[in-house]
Amino acid sequence: MILTLIEHDQGVIDPQTFGMLTAVRGLAAEQGGALHAILIGADVAGLAAGLGDYGVTAVHLIEQESLDAYAPNAWAACVVEVMAAEKPTAVVGVGTERSNEVMAHVAARTDLPLAANCLAVQPEDDAWFVTRMRWGGTLHEEARLHGEPKLLTIAALGIEVETAPSGSAPEIIAVIPDLTDADLLVRVISRVEPERKGISLTDAPVVVSGGRGVGSAEGFAVLEQLAALLNGAVGCSRVVTNNGWRPHAEQIGQTGTRVAPELYIACGISGAIQHWVGCKGAKQILAINTDAEAPMVTKADYAVIGDLHEVIPALMAEIEKLKG
Amino acid sequence: MDILVCIKRVPVTGAKVVLTADEQAIDASYLSFAPGPHEECAIEEAVQIVKKHGGSSTALTLGPDAAVEQLRYAASMGVDDLILLETDEEWPPMPTARAITAAIQAQEKKFDALLFGNESADAGGYQVGIRVAHALGMPVVTGIKKLEFEAGTAVAHRQTPAGWEIYEVPLPAVFTIKEGINVPRYPSIPGKLKAKKKVIQRIAPEEGDVGLEKVRLVVPEAEASDVTILGHGAAAAPQMVELLGELGLV
Ligand SMILES: Cc1cc2nc3c(=O)[nH]c(=O)nc-3n(C[C@H](O)[C@H](O)[C@H](O)COP(=O)(O)OP(=O)(O)OC[C@H]3O[C@@H](n4cnc5c(N)ncnc54)[C@H](O)[C@@H]3O)c2cc1C
Repeated sequence: MILTLIEHDQGVIDPQTFGMLTAVRGLAAEQGGALHAILIGADVAGLAAGLGDYGVTAVHLIEQESLDAYAPNAWAACVVEVMAAEKPTAVVGVGTERSNEVMAHVAARTDLPLAANCLAVQPEDDAWFVTRMRWGGTLHEEARLHGEPKLLTIAALGIEVETAPSGSAPEIIAVIPDLTDADLLVRVISRVEPERKGISLTDAPVVVSGGRGVGSAEGFAVLEQLAALLNGAVGCSRVVTNNGWRPHAEQIGQTGTRVAPELYIACGISGAIQHWVGCKGAKQILAINTDAEAPMVTKADYAVIGDLHEVIPALMAEIEKLKG
Repeated sequence: MDILVCIKRVPVTGAKVVLTADEQAIDASYLSFAPGPHEECAIEEAVQIVKKHGGSSTALTLGPDAAVEQLRYAASMGVDDLILLETDEEWPPMPTARAITAAIQAQEKKFDALLFGNESADAGGYQVGIRVAHALGMPVVTGIKKLEFEAGTAVAHRQTPAGWEIYEVPLPAVFTIKEGINVPRYPSIPGKLKAKKKVIQRIAPEEGDVGLEKVRLVVPEAEASDVTILGHGAAAAPQMVELLGELGLV
């Protein structure tokens, strides 16, 4: 049996979880084993039934008032308890910040190895052969994962979600965990809504992004104007945040935000791999750069070779002309 | 407050990754190295905490002798003490965590807070800080972008797509830091001079069980690129607007 961790927040299952279930379902079938899930929280029973659509045949349901706020170590304690009782061959989470965190707690509690952000998993007799993401996915590592059971998370962003043909409601197995105060020590005590000003980076159809080539904090004024004209948001490279020209919340890339707009306009950005992983999800990329050889230019769909300080104002004037 | 910050030496790659012939590492012959971005912020945070609350900061790295460069970089930013856990090659997360745990236990100093990067820039295992916390019996909060201390407790802020989650934990505790918590300073010349003279405590750890055994690295195939040059300079504006029109954006 493979046990999967269902990630959810405020009553909604994280959509990437279904990608993980899609991937792991095949793995469980190959091994002739069942696909189980573990659902942890204060009021989560309602989320269980839908998991049948993704091939889950049994849900270990842990519902307890003390679990109303996310508490990573307590979640891990629950997983370890179900592991001990059910002896799965593997415990699998999704490669998100939260599930990676919970699975690392599980690994630490059981002194087992953990492979985070796996792209491919091949069960073998002893060690499993995994391919996992490094450098935010720009480099892959092939590795042997030891230990019993196998602990891993699946990088699910690129997985196309498929439902299972005979999706009947899973069996519900209620579990009452034995949680200590120490397990519950680290928990969310309050939340602050995200500050919303204008359209968010991840929702914007257009991201106008600036790099070192913009030259200064003031230089971003034209990028802001262009973004406003296109109902877009402003992004930037790490050089820009390191220089204090823009806040880190706008940084695109491995250690920033990943965006997937209709159009990504990269102004004065060279296209280092750590930046590229953040914008490659865009449907179209337009690079504006003085250097025709810059990787951002050669990897983009469209490019304009030139000084962004001339190109962007000319573009805005042309748009204004069109709008009359 | 006494703060420990754990950092990792990583190559600063550009637009392309080239592997060594044995496919075990990035060919860094022509590359420079740095602490990972999350860790650079963790160093800055440690220096700021000590400035505000007093005490001392210590930087620790597990890596080759060359990682002394990253320790000295931390010192040039203002870190007081330096520890090198010297290894010949990259270690997977389990032995790394064991070695760091043992080194912390061997220190006379009892740290109030241990800072890690949320995940290493290169390996991205998402677990060393959590493993060390469990081994030392400390609480751990991950992905921190704001950290405040008050009378034996810490309030840590974590950013999620749904907003900020606030945690409060007693000290000593482990925090894994994310870039964005601060803007790391550039080392000053006096800072660099001082860093050169720092004594480095060297420890030779034993690797033991690896758990996750690296077989090889693979550079994924690049997506085929077929760039259309719309034009040069300001004269390209009409073509750009045409593109925007085709995409339904104007
Ligand atoms: C572990 C790690 C994580 C990282 N994470 C991130 C990340 O999340 N996001 C990120 O962005 N970076 C990240 N980086 C940094 C990344 O490697 C690059 O250093 C960074 O993206 C470069 O920023 P840039 O393109 O703005 O600057 P540069 O590389 O200096 O490029 C500037 C570009 O602007 C062009 N230019 C200059 N003047 C003009 C002009 N007037 N008009 C038009 N074009 C002009 C130049 O031709 C050049 O192509 C990370 C690095 C590491 C090691």
